[in-house]
Amino acid sequence: MALLRSAATGLATSSLAACHAAGVLDPHGPVSAAERLILLNATAIMLVVAAPVIVLTLGFAWWYRSGNRRAAYDPEWAYSGRIELVVWSIPAMVVILLGGVAWIGSHELDPAIKLASGSKPVRIQVVSLDWKWLFIYPDENAATVNELVVPAGASLEFVLTSATVMNAFFVPQLGSQIYTMPGMTTHLNLRADQVGDYPGISSHYSGDGFSDMRFVVHAVSPADYQQWLERTHSEPKALDDASYADLARTSSNVTPQRYGKVDSMMLEHILHIATHSQTAAHVQAADH
Amino acid sequence: MGKLTWSAIPFDQPIPMAASLFIVLGVLGLLGLTTAKGWWPYIWREWLTSVDHKRIGVMYVLLALVLLLRGFIDAIMMRSQLAVAAGGAAGYLPPEHYDQIFSAHGTIMIFFMAMPFMVGLMNFVVPLQLGVRDVAFPVLNAVSFWLTASGALLVNISLVVGEFARTGWLAYPPLSELQFSPGVGVDYYLWALQISGVGTLLAGINLVTTILKLRAPGMSYMRMPVFCWTALASNLLIVAAFPILTATFGMLLLDRYLGMHFFTNDGGGNAMLYFNLIWAWGHPEVYILILPAFGVFSEVIATFSGKALFGYRSMVLATMAICILSFMVWLHHFFTMGAGANVNAFFGVMTMIIAVPTGVKIFNWLFTLFRGRIRFEVPVLWAIGFMVTFVIGGMTGVLMAVPPADFVLHNSVFLVAHFHNVIIGGVLFGGMAGYNYWFPKAFGFTLHKGLGALSFWCWLIGFYLAFMPLYALGLMGMTRRMQHYADTGWQPYLIVAEVGAVVILCGIVATIAQLVVSIRSRDARRDVTGDPWNGRTLEWSTTSPPPHYNFAVLPRVNSVDAFWKMKKDGLDAPPTTYDSIDVPPRSPNGFVTAFFAVVTGFALIWHITWMAILGLVCATVTLMVFGWIERVDNEISGSDLALAERPRSKASA
Repeated sequence: MALLRSAATGLATSSLAACHAAGVLDPHGPVSAAERLILLNATAIMLVVAAPVIVLTLGFAWWYRSGNRRAAYDPEWAYSGRIELVVWSIPAMVVILLGGVAWIGSHELDPAIKLASGSKPVRIQVVSLDWKWLFIYPDENAATVNELVVPAGASLEFVLTSATVMNAFFVPQLGSQIYTMPGMTTHLNLRADQVGDYPGISSHYSGDGFSDMRFVVHAVSPADYQQWLERTHSEPKALDDASYADLARTSSNVTPQRYGKVDSMMLEHILHIATHSQTAAHVQAADH
Repeated sequence: MGKLTWSAIPFDQPIPMAASLFIVLGVLGLLGLTTAKGWWPYIWREWLTSVDHKRIGVMYVLLALVLLLRGFIDAIMMRSQLAVAAGGAAGYLPPEHYDQIFSAHGTIMIFFMAMPFMVGLMNFVVPLQLGVRDVAFPVLNAVSFWLTASGALLVNISLVVGEFARTGWLAYPPLSELQFSPGVGVDYYLWALQISGVGTLLAGINLVTTILKLRAPGMSYMRMPVFCWTALASNLLIVAAFPILTATFGMLLLDRYLGMHFFTNDGGGNAMLYFNLIWAWGHPEVYILILPAFGVFSEVIATFSGKALFGYRSMVLATMAICILSFMVWLHHFFTMGAGANVNAFFGVMTMIIAVPTGVKIFNWLFTLFRGRIRFEVPVLWAIGFMVTFVIGGMTGVLMAVPPADFVLHNSVFLVAHFHNVIIGGVLFGGMAGYNYWFPKAFGFTLHKGLGALSFWCWLIGFYLAFMPLYALGLMGMTRRMQHYADTGWQPYLIVAEVGAVVILCGIVATIAQLVVSIRSRDARRDVTGDPWNGRTLEWSTTSPPPHYNFAVLPRVNSVDAFWKMKKDGLDAPPTTYDSIDVPPRSPNGFVTAFFAVVTGFALIWHITWMAILGLVCATVTLMVFGWIERVDNEISGSDLALAERPRSKASA
């Protein structure tokens, strides 16, 4: 098993090395690392059965070809209690093992569970709009669009919603994606362990501008994070009802923006208007 | 005319206009040819108004193959777009067009390719395998088919008049709500699927009734061919699941047409209700498609191994287990909505449990090959290709059933690769195996072997080239339904996928060539025995093609693999006298009703009230009138039967 696992890891990493991709096999946080481990373990467990089945299929098909007179032919043989027992047991045992992995993994990696944090946890409110991301730092009185700056090592506590249609918030190198849904909030906890830039996407199709709903997570040192916050606070733009109404208009491929001040009830405001047609529908109907 | 104006026809867009022009000219050419050659009376009598399950089955499969072309053109356009739209490049398809294409591709391939392919095979084969003369409700059968064809027609009308949905193949709200999709695209989607959905439900009821109530004397449940078992399971699922789809779409239609709030953001609606409902239909749907394919492989592997299917009882048990379990796993399609750990874990484990009966099936096919004498005819190539490919697809499926793994793979092109792996590797391979296997039964001559093999190898290699890169890309973080992408590192993989699509195109061309070549050389490839493969089940005991009454005398069954047993025990001498039999007369009911269904659907899509009312009234009236007409069955007298059966009697004597 260990051998297989290392083989699978080797295969995965070598294919990864060939393509220098920033995907889920290149984790930079505890959540994505744990998820990669589960991915590889589950693959290895299944390969133990699947690989021999593929080999046997091809082997049997070749050996029992009609031209091969050395092969036995037993046209009436259609039942064997022992084989039946084995045939039901093998997949059952694999599933018991994998079911354990799934059960434990679901509980340990529940997106709502808070993570250990090297420094003060950072709370972030995420709002998907047509077609960009709004990130609000409620404790810091700041907000950004299509760019997320976080301190490396700190636990990131996301509360997510959508102002329009559904989307999903996903940073492959940090782990777990989660839906953003209008009028509802979801909870997600991630952590970036190393300083670096991690691309993020919307992973749930949301209309014509969907492909450009990209953002970058800049994980920086705590000192740099403080500096960045100070710079952001010096931005004159404030996120209030009026500037939010502007932002909520349909637009795509939006360059990152920052707000130096945020209305403290912004998320509640967004949740409210997303579910009350008067405001949201007007903006949408005018632009769609 | 409601919302319909001349601006509905996209004169300013060259690609859809060229495609529409091509299709319109093609259809006009075909109609012109038919008129010029004077084929209309024949087509009307023998096909359009036929209630013969074999004719209807053939028309279903033909519909599937034609729509396969349409769906594939969409596919190769998407692959071409993604092969070029890297970095800053926008590609040649703007998002509003690209989004329609992937929505149409999924909708067409599932509802109008895979479904009619499987339903068509079941329609053709099940009554023959059961040793009976038709399905339980022959006229209803025609209605079912024509309603399915109506839906396919409406989807294709959207290419020329108006637009198709830009909301993916399941039209998730709130995106599909009027607020975000005010155009007619979603309405085309909804009405096309509502109409064809009624057809599918009626077909399901028909086949369930046929299998439960009409079987040859002596054919107890445990003597039914495995294909009939899988057909039973599949149609039970249709009967249980399709009403959910109809109700779900009905609610979305109420939202869109009457301003209700089932799934809207405002007014207390909730889109996740739709997610749950659509997948309560959608997951069983996957098994509606794959179970008949499993049945085809069971028949093909046993026949060409020259050996009884290993573990018949296990197969039956596994089939029925899948049938029931398929209703308990729907939530695995949205683990990422943030349900609690217990909910996710439960549905993850339930999903894996389905892998047990599926695994058993694979092992049983394996042991059917074991100590067989395998003749590598075309159907068996598809079957072996399926076994290898499906194991990989099953593995990636179980992988995504682990919720934490799904958290990073959901909605990625890894998922896209997975479901193409099981739908191409399972359903389509099954369809092609069945097509090659039963073609001689349907038409009385075999298909060209070399071109059939070429088609298989192109599909197999093309599939791996097209979808293995998508597995890798999914792991690299590429999500589905992107019209362009920033990471140029992905481009080489997408170019390989494009090459794969071209290889699949060669497979499709080979299939068409196989058909054309086989038709032209049909006299040399006649199947005069009715049993070209040394078959095991009753469909091979009658002539190829079978007479429209299938069996002059219903066969007596005393074991599973009834025909194999008969051949072993020595065939009975043909009788000298025959009892008269009744066959149902042809009926224009299906065709005419479906015509008015198209009118109604089109009118509703474009909000043309008078036409909608007119269409609905006419459809209902025709259905009622034809339904109430006193129908006298055509009687074939014993002496006529004896005359018709004489050549066959001579041959066997």
